[in-house]
Amino acid sequence: MLEMQCITKRFANTVALDEVDFQLHQGEIHALLGENGAGKTTLMKILYGMIKPDTGHIVLDGQEVVMKHSTDALKRGICMVHQHFMLIPAFTVLENIITNYEPTAGIFTDFATARAEVLQLIERFAFDLDPDARVESLSVGEQQRVEILKALYRKAKILILDEPTAVLTPHEVNNLFEVLRLLKSQGTSIIIITHKLRETFAIADRITVLRDGRIIETGILPADTDTHGLSCMMVGRQVKRIRPQRHTATREHCLDVEGVSLTEGGIKKLNDISFFVHKGEILGIAGIEGNGQSQLLEVLTGLRTPDTGRILLNGRAIEHGARSFLANHISHIPEDRLSMGLVKEMSVEENLILGYHHGEAICHRGFLSKKAIAAHAKQSIDAFQIKTYASHSLVRTLSGGNQQKIVVARSLSHDPELMIAAHPTRGVDIGAMEYIHEKIIQLRDRGKAILLVSADLDEVRFLSDRILVLYEGNIVLTSLPEEHTEMELGIMMTGGSLEKERDQ
Amino acid sequence: MITRRTIFTMHRSVVSIRTSILSLFFAILVGGVIIAAAGYSPIETYATMFRGSLSSKKGIILSLTQATPLIFTGLSFAIAYRVRLVNLGAEGQLYLGAMAAAIVGYYVQGVSQCVHVSLALAASALLGGLAGLFIGFLRVKFGAQEVITSIMLNEIIILFTSYLAAGPLKGAQSVTVQTERIRATAMLPVLAKQSQLTIAFILAIVIAILLSILLNRTVTGYEMRVTGFGRRAAETGGIKVWKIYLLTIFISGAVAGLGGASQVMGVNRRFVEGFSASYGFSGISVAALALYNPVAVVFSGIIFGILRAGAMTVSRTTLIPVEFVSVIQALVVVFMAAPQLGLDLLGIPKNLFRIGKQLVARRAGSAEACHE
Repeated sequence: MLEMQCITKRFANTVALDEVDFQLHQGEIHALLGENGAGKTTLMKILYGMIKPDTGHIVLDGQEVVMKHSTDALKRGICMVHQHFMLIPAFTVLENIITNYEPTAGIFTDFATARAEVLQLIERFAFDLDPDARVESLSVGEQQRVEILKALYRKAKILILDEPTAVLTPHEVNNLFEVLRLLKSQGTSIIIITHKLRETFAIADRITVLRDGRIIETGILPADTDTHGLSCMMVGRQVKRIRPQRHTATREHCLDVEGVSLTEGGIKKLNDISFFVHKGEILGIAGIEGNGQSQLLEVLTGLRTPDTGRILLNGRAIEHGARSFLANHISHIPEDRLSMGLVKEMSVEENLILGYHHGEAICHRGFLSKKAIAAHAKQSIDAFQIKTYASHSLVRTLSGGNQQKIVVARSLSHDPELMIAAHPTRGVDIGAMEYIHEKIIQLRDRGKAILLVSADLDEVRFLSDRILVLYEGNIVLTSLPEEHTEMELGIMMTGGSLEKERDQ
Repeated sequence: MITRRTIFTMHRSVVSIRTSILSLFFAILVGGVIIAAAGYSPIETYATMFRGSLSSKKGIILSLTQATPLIFTGLSFAIAYRVRLVNLGAEGQLYLGAMAAAIVGYYVQGVSQCVHVSLALAASALLGGLAGLFIGFLRVKFGAQEVITSIMLNEIIILFTSYLAAGPLKGAQSVTVQTERIRATAMLPVLAKQSQLTIAFILAIVIAILLSILLNRTVTGYEMRVTGFGRRAAETGGIKVWKIYLLTIFISGAVAGLGGASQVMGVNRRFVEGFSASYGFSGISVAALALYNPVAVVFSGIIFGILRAGAMTVSRTTLIPVEFVSVIQALVVVFMAAPQLGLDLLGIPKNLFRIGKQLVARRAGSAEACHE
């Protein structure tokens, strides 16, 4: 039904897409797999009219079409749900859905008709949404449903979903997949961009793998392959995923958190939290975003002083302030690498010293030693295989994975006692992920402590020696990785209780 | 030795210089259209302008004299903008610095020129800096946007200095609102005889170099740049952003204050009400054209000095007023702020050419068809 032929797109001097052919059948779910920077999103943005291809054409229902703008795509029934939702938080669900497509009665918006239509859609897909709720009050999963409703309301024939599961809990992922299957049965074609293999197998009818802007293989049937085969195709080499040995070597505490509370805007974000991290241990914190992780991270890196409670490193209290935490060898991989971790408009070498720029080697009487900075950069770039044109290239010219490597390199290269790692592999490709995991495990094996916060439950389960589940500012579960299933952790993350579930 | 690194930085600066030159070019071009609309020949007007400011030694000296306060205010805006503070208060800080120089220049007596000049300059820098610090304090303590507070503070400061010059500090023999003439020991040494070009010009260049060193070589400068490019990253990296804000806006105000002193101690010899030809706000254009690079500010200040000096010549022979320069200044800011606009304008002739070629080709094609 849809065919993209020989699509090529160049950005400056890199080829983002190189003669890519792609076909989509009526009523199928097609998974577009690839690492970051493989060109998945670019390809879909071309289909959606957001980017113009250099060469190639798009054939829809046997007719060649030219998409100059996303409105052209929308007119032809192609809708895209972006990774970052395009919703207006202050508007209600109904208003968000009909924006730009308001049915009119004279010069006024015909809310009655719109409401009836939207309610009908909500009912048909059993969406459990209140059309009058403000979008800002909805959970991420619900917001995604609003985005999908928006597409349905616009009579989408082809629905593109960019990494739809990245922000969802396991339960929400299941719900989403049910909706997608229902849509499929009604004839909608769906393209789902992802790099999660397990989900690909759960939902996709056919799979296309992209790497470095080229199609590696297209139209793969899930039955003909397995996760290993696909990941090799994505990375272009053999991938080994050996679960690291669990550690229970020492009983010495590195970090003690005692009765920490924090109130923000009248809401208790952290409610009298106490826990500890052993030396040589990776403690994973699981939870859905917005349940106090950000606040906990801020407290543990000195960015915020808690209302009550103490934080002890090796039994000693730390003076507050981010600088003192860094000086005490508590390193930090911030949760938002672009705004908190890096300065995009500055060079790689300058970013590699951020937070450590008062160090003796680098700073002499207030002056920076360019030589020392360059030497340090060279060392880090070599040790962490950061792919950059030069150490003085601007960080914004690097790929996401290499940017994250800078952050990781920086947090590892100043002899940390404790590492606070927030989403250390978010948005990086498999290669970089493997590498970062390896480095974190090495650090643990050297007897250092790591506190890992990640939205990716797989990652938490894979790396952690012990797991805490955070829900609404409380620790609701302490567990060993093998003790609970992913589903059970998911239930705890959404405020359920295990006993109740078992009773049912 | 030319390393890959030097080529790299050279390439980067060429790219940014290109934007500046294009902006200036387009500003002058559009300015020409406005001159034409006013009924004058743009080419002749510009020719008179540049002849006036560049063809004679006197013209060049006048240009540099005009450039001096612009370099100070340009540096003031540029340094604040490097931490993403928009200090629109240079005008007020300039007046305060001027008043400080006028007071020290008159009331301090019996010291050598060297000491007197230093004292007056220090006082003007300090007062300008404190005015800046106040704006910074409001931002850091209460979150008041410096864009608003700085511009409001201008009025207060300027009216206050007017009050001083009209009341308690009014010159005994003066009819107009101005203070007593400063002592000879407080005068800045001139660089050329019979001119108002003083060592203030040299001082401006020295400060530009010092600011450049501060930004690029020191830990404080590093923290300033990080703060400017990514405030949250700075906080995460343990940088006390509020300290950087206060320090930077103090420097910004101090430099603007020195600009005021340069006028009192080099040109007017006293504080005269309304002496500034909008130097403070012109600093924004100067800084923008220089892409907020201190050393480049010297050059862009000189360019605007040349334009100003030229406009003075033009205004003598035509009805085009000196203020025409502010039109060009404003256009420069527009084109610097929207580089794409300039590039699109560049694209128009190319597109016209392409359309023309297509038309010609089509006509040729139909002619061929007729022959057959």
